[in-house]
Amino acid sequence: MRSVCFFVCLWLSSSVLAQDRPIAFLGARIIPIDGAPIENGAMVVQNGTIAAVGAAAAVTVPANAQRIDATGKVIMPGLVDTHNHIGGIGGADSSAPIQPDIRIYDSLNVRDSGYKRALAGGLTTLNIMPGSGHLLSGQTVYIKLRKADTVEDMFIRDAAGTPMGGMKMANGTNSMSEKPFPETRAKSASLVREQYVKAREYKDKIARAAGDVTKLPARDLSMEGLVECLEGKRIVHHHTHRHDDIITVLRLSDEFGFRVVLHHVSEGWKVAEEIAKAKAPCSVIVVDSPGGKLEASELSFETGAVLEKAGVEVAFHTDDWITDCRVFFRSAALAVRAGMSREGALNALTLAGAKMLDLADRTGSLTVGKDADFIILSGDPLSVYTQVLETWVEGQKRFDRADPADRLYAVGGYGAGNEQTPYLCCYDRQEAQ
Amino acid sequence: MMIRGYYLRAVMLSAAATAIVGGRAAAQVAVVGKTVHTMAGPAIENGVVVVRDGKIAAVGREGAVQVPAGFRTIRAEVVTPGLFDAHSTVGFSGIFNHPHDQDQLERSAPLQPELRAIDAYNAQEKLVEWVRNFGVTTMHTGHAPGELISGQTTVVKTWGKTIEDAVLVETATVAATLSPLAQKTDKGKSPGTRGKMMAMLRGELVKAQDYLRKLETAEADKKPDRNLSLETLGRVLKREIPLMVTANRAQDIASALRLAREFDLRLILDSAAESYLLLDDLKAANVPVIVHATMVRAFGEMENMSFETASKLKGAGIPVALQSGYESYVPKTRVVLFEAAWAAANGLTFDQALATITIEPARIFGLDKRVGSLEVGKDADLALFDGDPFEYTTHCTGVIINGEVVSEKPQ
Repeated sequence: MRSVCFFVCLWLSSSVLAQDRPIAFLGARIIPIDGAPIENGAMVVQNGTIAAVGAAAAVTVPANAQRIDATGKVIMPGLVDTHNHIGGIGGADSSAPIQPDIRIYDSLNVRDSGYKRALAGGLTTLNIMPGSGHLLSGQTVYIKLRKADTVEDMFIRDAAGTPMGGMKMANGTNSMSEKPFPETRAKSASLVREQYVKAREYKDKIARAAGDVTKLPARDLSMEGLVECLEGKRIVHHHTHRHDDIITVLRLSDEFGFRVVLHHVSEGWKVAEEIAKAKAPCSVIVVDSPGGKLEASELSFETGAVLEKAGVEVAFHTDDWITDCRVFFRSAALAVRAGMSREGALNALTLAGAKMLDLADRTGSLTVGKDADFIILSGDPLSVYTQVLETWVEGQKRFDRADPADRLYAVGGYGAGNEQTPYLCCYDRQEAQ
Repeated sequence: MMIRGYYLRAVMLSAAATAIVGGRAAAQVAVVGKTVHTMAGPAIENGVVVVRDGKIAAVGREGAVQVPAGFRTIRAEVVTPGLFDAHSTVGFSGIFNHPHDQDQLERSAPLQPELRAIDAYNAQEKLVEWVRNFGVTTMHTGHAPGELISGQTTVVKTWGKTIEDAVLVETATVAATLSPLAQKTDKGKSPGTRGKMMAMLRGELVKAQDYLRKLETAEADKKPDRNLSLETLGRVLKREIPLMVTANRAQDIASALRLAREFDLRLILDSAAESYLLLDDLKAANVPVIVHATMVRAFGEMENMSFETASKLKGAGIPVALQSGYESYVPKTRVVLFEAAWAAANGLTFDQALATITIEPARIFGLDKRVGSLEVGKDADLALFDGDPFEYTTHCTGVIINGEVVSEKPQ
């Protein structure tokens, strides 16, 4: 309990200290996501959260508030990226196809320029994932792009003070290669089932011990990670492209009861009804063309629209470095080009993603009481000409295009990029040569 | 004769008049656009482009231009010249990314200028259709960056069943790479360093000079044996073919300029991520630049890339074209329309951005008499849109190449 109080209290106090004078943004078009857009809106932010939002005429601005004229601009929630690899990731290595004990946050460099580019793109919440090539490449971490000296400063903690994150899994050709990796799809599923069966037994042993230390199994960090998946505390974020691979994920999720978000889903348009029936949310990637690997050769701009029509919860992701955080809006806009609704597409950049990370109670929409994670845009979010002017995280301005130091990361230039490409371990690195 | 008979019958049966161009049916059409960007003067509001026998027969305001009876009318919000991707590997680097469809890079030796692009281009590759559906009608494509001299490039229309149907310029450039991409890491393999890359290039060009001299001066019975590699470099030395150098770091760009000065080469600079650091040098050297995909990933030697590079070059008076580039992984290709759009959002005006994918590459490759703008007598290559072509949510509603409507499904 003491540790809980330590973290929660520390977090609260830093937020309170950071900002107690309210800030009111006035005159903007506000797109709250959980309601209709508000012309001539007002939003009041205080203590890192949203204190009021609505039509300017209906919102009472506190007398002591700093008033910011946002006329002609658009304010919407900060973007939520459900699948991202920036920060110098180094997850599972090539020693085994399943490594649930890996925590990606042990590898992150919070000074990586990628985080600054992400802020310039309007991103405020990220799911940082280990790279590709494994059936299970480790624990992911959900972060906010706060000012950070260490990765701890970026963590999003649950009520118990534990950093939140999911588990990265993959199937299809991504995770197939030479030994000790599987060579076929059936072997892939078999290896995964074997580990989840083991984890179930591990969990049962702990339950049977009923607190008796002499009966507890030896502590196993890999099993602990999988048990968190079995218990629904850790959502499985599952790379899957081909239609039959998608169905395999649903089958395994059904067998073991782990909660799953389907990622990439290039052929999701072929099995939209099945995905809808399983109530599996989808985090979709949008890239410029199909191909580059066999399992993405039937990728379509229409995936978002088809899944939306089937009633599937849809988010987009950057998969940065596959697509650049600074053009995240483009993913949603290209989906609209191919038939998705504008509302659905904007939801897919924000609230839908927050739901897929169990963070919808604190971010993803401009709702009173939620964290003040928002962006100020020069115009229509789906226009190529629109610029992200400011990005705010928990009431703190973290990106300002008018500041030349920030602008560098928005448009690029000397020092704005990364010398090294992300660590991709086993599969993609070969293909990427 | 059978084929001609078939086409003649088709012409006679068709409601709209058609003509035969290069063995294919070219529609006789009038394209009416609310805005027609000709790239040869100001945009025309309510403009018409009359297409006859595969060529542009008339361009002007609706009403002022006579549309012949029987011509099919196609309407669009916005009409532009067919787009010209100034550098791609589409047709060489196929969609599946498996050995059988990857012909963009031969790794067996660092210097192979004799590799002809026309011997490897797959006109029926799926990615050709993919980019065509977004309005791309002409591509400069061929051997990819990655070896010191990786081979030749070609300019094609995204049209036809074979390279013979498609080709506009058989050998457009000889492609060289001054980048770590072309360096070997295995012990004993060359080139392993920047210095060695330049030494090898200079050495090979000197050999080609010697070969040319012997060809010209030696007695008939003492002429050197025909050498396809040196013969190709000889054409580069004689300025018949430009040398396209892919370079991104400022020092590599400077090396490319140095090489071009020493051997008096026609240089085209490719990719050029850090070119914004050398604007004066590039301007003085009068070198056109085909800038990397605007949204290229900011990693490795591209770490200092900027979305504003095209704009900065343009501002300095340097000829600029844009490219989709080469992608080794997902996505397997980019669409140059999107890259120009992002440049238009990052410093270029609308007209400048459209020029980087129409008339500017046409000039760089000496094709501005045939493509790149909507002018009488030029090839009837058009792209049609239902709004601002650069907006993400606009669709390309039609594509016409050599007068043939090749796509009408909105993309």
